[in-house]
Amino acid sequence: MSGLVARRRKNSGLAYALLIPSLIVFGVFTFFPFAKNFKLALYQNPPYPGLPSHYVGLSQAGSVLGSPEFHQSLISTFLFVAMVVPLGLLGGLVLALAAHRQLKGMAIYRVIFSSTVVSSVAVAAVVFGTLMDPVVGLLPWLGINPHPAILNNPTWALPAVAIIAIWQFLGLSFIIMTAGLQSLPEEVLEAARLDGAGSWTMFWRVTVPLLSPTIFFGVVIGTIYAFQSFGQIDILIGPQNAGFTHTNVLLYYIYQALSVQNDPGLAAVLSIVLFVVLLSLTLLQFRFLERRVHYAGN
Amino acid sequence: MARVSFEGVSKRFGDTAAVEDLTLDVHDGELLVLLGPSGCGKTTALRMVAGLEEISDGVVSIGQSPVNEVDPKDRDVAMVFQSYALYPHMTVRRNIEFPLRRQKVEAAERVSRAEAAAATLGLTDLLDRKPGQLSGGQRQRVALARAIVREPKVFLMDEPLSNLDATLRVQTRADIVKLQHRLGTTTIYVTHDQVEAMTMGHRIAVMKGGRLQQVAPPQELYERPANTFVASFLGSPGMNLIEAERSGDRFSTVGGDIVTPSHLSHVADGSVTLGIRPESLSLDTTGVLATVLLVELLGAETHVICAVDGDKRVVVRQDYDMVRPEIGDQVFLNIDTSRLHAFDAETGVRLEQAP
Repeated sequence: MSGLVARRRKNSGLAYALLIPSLIVFGVFTFFPFAKNFKLALYQNPPYPGLPSHYVGLSQAGSVLGSPEFHQSLISTFLFVAMVVPLGLLGGLVLALAAHRQLKGMAIYRVIFSSTVVSSVAVAAVVFGTLMDPVVGLLPWLGINPHPAILNNPTWALPAVAIIAIWQFLGLSFIIMTAGLQSLPEEVLEAARLDGAGSWTMFWRVTVPLLSPTIFFGVVIGTIYAFQSFGQIDILIGPQNAGFTHTNVLLYYIYQALSVQNDPGLAAVLSIVLFVVLLSLTLLQFRFLERRVHYAGN
Repeated sequence: MARVSFEGVSKRFGDTAAVEDLTLDVHDGELLVLLGPSGCGKTTALRMVAGLEEISDGVVSIGQSPVNEVDPKDRDVAMVFQSYALYPHMTVRRNIEFPLRRQKVEAAERVSRAEAAAATLGLTDLLDRKPGQLSGGQRQRVALARAIVREPKVFLMDEPLSNLDATLRVQTRADIVKLQHRLGTTTIYVTHDQVEAMTMGHRIAVMKGGRLQQVAPPQELYERPANTFVASFLGSPGMNLIEAERSGDRFSTVGGDIVTPSHLSHVADGSVTLGIRPESLSLDTTGVLATVLLVELLGAETHVICAVDGDKRVVVRQDYDMVRPEIGDQVFLNIDTSRLHAFDAETGVRLEQAP
């Protein structure tokens, strides 16, 4: 008996020893910055660099959360996510359904469809920026020429960067949906065919419910991806642009606060907001969406 | 209700033939069992009736009409899968109603038919559960209810009992037989389990390597197997097969000579494979000398596995109340020669007496 206890104690010692490397990595790069960020949020920085910051408690957070810039940023962020996640997932699902058949050469299409995962944000932004260019782009060629030009247009700038984010998300979305489709139980689909389901019924009553764990996973991943989009906006819009106030999503706002405005306090408050928003959205998704998800149970 | 017929049906996947030149008639209202080891083509044959597998050659008909080009949903067949294939996101009630909803059956009738099917299979209390909350046996019954609720022309069952434990398998086996008898629906039942086949089938079609070996009622299959494969596949344990040489009035085997019984007098001189069921052998004071290798007690009966002439294995079936030998004992095997079978030594085909 005592031998068992001793062995267990020895084993748990070994377990902790094995945990140390990842504890160090997480501690240095995640837990410490995370805690430090909360401290930064309590200090206000003077508008000129080099001067000492001073403790202001929660008042800085209060004024940031009440500012119109922050409200606009929050609205832009949610609009952006609301465009990117559903359209990205739907597009991925459509491509996955198209590629989900045993045909010769289908592998080539799978590679093409998933290739956006490995394409760089910068390249994508430049390509799409060129396509959207008011002089040499695709739109004037098609005879569509909004004024001001799309990327400077307060109405169209956000949808324009969303399109690039959707295009980039398509690859991951396609891979997730393909994996989901390939893991569907073949016999259940066959049973539905024999039970008289046409393709429409089959898709809505059988495939989609069976795919719901995958779709749910896609929503969570897609939401996090959309909240973290940055490069498209930085490259195509930038703070000098007229469309900027409408594309200043939270993550970009944080970057602006820190690198351009040199205001770690503001950036820290915004980071906490982003963290809280993502955490609560994910919790909400688990709480409400998961009720509609059907895991193949035992 | 309808007959199902295969006429010269083949199914090839690339270069491999899963089913070759299958010609078989399933009578109206019959329970026909497709029996064979895995990879023999029995499931492929079943799936061709369902329309889940395209037919490479030949014609499959349901009723009077060929169905080669008919969509699965228009064939009016219901299938029970080995994995049950229930819709995991629907309650038992919705699962059973699913085919009726597709047929646009009116709500009141749909509910009463679904409830009647559920009652038949003892599922009334489980109607609001989801498949994930049911045991294997209960899921199996939901799958059966979903099949019978449609009142289809043909039931197709693909090893529906193989995921159940032994006790439940025996019970469900009997339930399916009763159900089929009551409904009188033509049924094709696929299994690799010869006990299932023997106890359930009106007739059994034995397949091997994509080819049909024999179709016959269970008893005939057991008593007059068409070839050595059927002889050894059916029966538990299967028939003992012994190489022999016919000359004159005897068959000479490794264990000694056997006087040719009158019913095998037509067998020509030369090489032949003799078959003898384990129950047609008994331990005696005279006969073929053998060494006991293993004694398997099954309760009602005992299997004595012996070696004749060193390595030739022979199984003897004894009743439970007989004196059991010990491992290593020297025994004599007495052969009931009136129950001896003869097969062609080359092809394995049964050597029938000319009529």
